[in-house]
Amino acid sequence: MDTLLFFTFAAIAVLCGISVVVQTHPIKSAISLIGVMGSLAVLYLLLGAEFIAATQVVVYAGAVMVLFIFVIMLLNAESEPKGGRSWPAKLMGIPLLVILLGLLSYVIQIWNPDPQEVSFGSFTGGGPREIGEALFTEYLLPFEVTSVLILVAILGAVVLAGGGGKESER
Amino acid sequence: MTAVPLSWYLILSAVLFSLGVAGFLFRRNLITMFMCIELMLNAVNLSMVAFSHKYEQIDGHIFTFFVMVVAAAEAAVGLAIILTVVKNRKTLAVDELNSMKY
Repeated sequence: MDTLLFFTFAAIAVLCGISVVVQTHPIKSAISLIGVMGSLAVLYLLLGAEFIAATQVVVYAGAVMVLFIFVIMLLNAESEPKGGRSWPAKLMGIPLLVILLGLLSYVIQIWNPDPQEVSFGSFTGGGPREIGEALFTEYLLPFEVTSVLILVAILGAVVLAGGGGKESER
Repeated sequence: MTAVPLSWYLILSAVLFSLGVAGFLFRRNLITMFMCIELMLNAVNLSMVAFSHKYEQIDGHIFTFFVMVVAAAEAAVGLAIILTVVKNRKTLAVDELNSMKY
């Protein structure tokens, strides 16, 4: 059952990931990216990370991707034109990527210190209660710093998007 | 109940990360490149949650949580920058955005 679920959603994630890269229109890439994030949420559930899975759906697939699609619609982005790449890029791009991936997989397999298996339900410490406890005791300072970061991001976004044009006096 | 080796999760994470890198290098559209960065962040999150499962500690989840927060902030600021760029240059193609100032 675990293997079946893992392979189903890993396949969906990889296919949607390829689709993100090869689609020429940004809106199609964005929809594919939502597919990747949704299937990753299921994999988080398999790994016992319930809270992270919920946050993945709400924050990533919900808020961030809606922001992306909103901007794509607002800018009226169209498909990017084909071609225009240099010949080394055309010749070496895909082989080098496959080599990178092969090396990464090889290192992961070699490294594997004690072959451990992941089965659903063997780790149940990922609920909101445990996350909250860790977040408000051990990780209190990073949490507070994050709130300042978000404040800065809000201000930055408002300043950049609100007054950015040449015609505004700023 | 058959279980899945941990390294499969890590390899899936590596595949998604490589796809993100490829998209970032291949694509010419500013917004698509930005989405590929999000794909890379997601891949790294998956490996952190997998390690959290392996060591049976919550720290990986907390770190993933922080990565999500930073990614959301980054998306807001990045898209605002893209809006400003497009307002000034009227293009999304990165090949034409080759000067910092004009």
